[in-house]
Amino acid sequence: MTYLAKSPWIIHYDASSCNGCDIEILACLTPMYDVERFGIINTGNPKHADIFVVTGSINEANREVIQNIYNQMPDPKVVVAVGICACSGGVFRECYNVAGGIDKLIPVDVYVPGCAARPESIIDGIVTAWGILEEKLKNKVSSPMVSDHDHKAHHKHAQGGAQ
Amino acid sequence: MINIVWAIVFILVAPVVGGLVAGIDRKITAHMQGRVGPSILQPFYDVGKLFEKEQTVVNETQIFYAICYVIFMIFTGALFFAGGDLLLVVFALTLAQIFLVLGAFAANSPYSYVGAERELLQIMAYEPMVILTAVGMFVATKSFNVSDIASSTTPVILLIPGIFLGFLYVLTIKLRKSPFDISTSHHAHQEIVKGVTTEFSGPSLGLIEITHWYETVFLLGFVYLFFGFNPLIGVVAVIIVYLLEILIDNTNARVKWQLVVKSSWLIAAIVGMVNLAALYYLSGGVP
Repeated sequence: MTYLAKSPWIIHYDASSCNGCDIEILACLTPMYDVERFGIINTGNPKHADIFVVTGSINEANREVIQNIYNQMPDPKVVVAVGICACSGGVFRECYNVAGGIDKLIPVDVYVPGCAARPESIIDGIVTAWGILEEKLKNKVSSPMVSDHDHKAHHKHAQGGAQ
Repeated sequence: MINIVWAIVFILVAPVVGGLVAGIDRKITAHMQGRVGPSILQPFYDVGKLFEKEQTVVNETQIFYAICYVIFMIFTGALFFAGGDLLLVVFALTLAQIFLVLGAFAANSPYSYVGAERELLQIMAYEPMVILTAVGMFVATKSFNVSDIASSTTPVILLIPGIFLGFLYVLTIKLRKSPFDISTSHHAHQEIVKGVTTEFSGPSLGLIEITHWYETVFLLGFVYLFFGFNPLIGVVAVIIVYLLEILIDNTNARVKWQLVVKSSWLIAAIVGMVNLAALYYLSGGVP
């Protein structure tokens, strides 16, 4: 067992979530669930984080932020999509401003469905992420640099865009 | 006078002790908040993990500054435990801290900049009191050498209780505890992303963690110096002081930097200076 699995630090980003899943993530940090007993820390800094926890779906405002956070995290890193909106877009997937789940933008390793996802299933998702982290460390997987270049070029082309 | 054995013991043992202290700190903090908390070996797991991670830096010089920070902190502690000159120890401590600030300034990042500026303010806030402590030790024991102060039979704490209180006040800043953790802090606390350590990641962040362990042991050694006349009382005092710091950390919210600088200078001026003046008066003038 590597040290990675004993000290997974997370960064949590709310991408157009209704806050339901975010409240459940914060509930994991409370004395009731206390994920710090597994060494999990909510860092708030992508450069210190190992696990990227995203809630909510992608829209025009947050796609750049998600990519920026993902690119800044040092390898090995894992993305956990929490809640059905992050997994597939959920009930908002047909909206004009929603592109869909997080996997439309960055590679997602663990899907935690639910509306809202329960703290137990979020913890389960993070525990699954440890295994993937270790695997990535063992195989020396280097994550791709994600970029939105095509998307932006498309918007420049179609005047006004879908803003 | 300089005892090289103690310096080597410090270099080898301090990271282990410092890491355990940090682990116990997290456990006690968790219990104070009604949580179970991580294993007391958690800080070692964290640092082990950081060395497994990729090294991503904005500017290569950041790594150089992080290494300088470790080296000068080890030098500070080793000189202290070897029984060297207390003034040189204080200056080396400042130099080590300045390397951390330079490392944070090396990355062109607004969060890192704010952290570095706040770290400078912290140095400004605690420095007068730390120097006054060294002066107080000299007035009490007639020596700047740590070996003489530690083996002195004078009950230093009874001669400079005011300076001891002032030192405890700035110790909260040095240990990065609330309410004075304005540049960066422990555990899951956040401060303007992560303050001075924002732009460090992977191994270089691990080095900074290890440096903090060295620093903790060195500072606890400093506390011991006040009780050098009786080792038993000294060790008990060190433990009580650290528990008190944990209690303060968990019962206080972070304050603004203005209050940190003002209050620590005020404390240094009042308790430190009054204590020194009283000592001069009682000993019948300048010794």
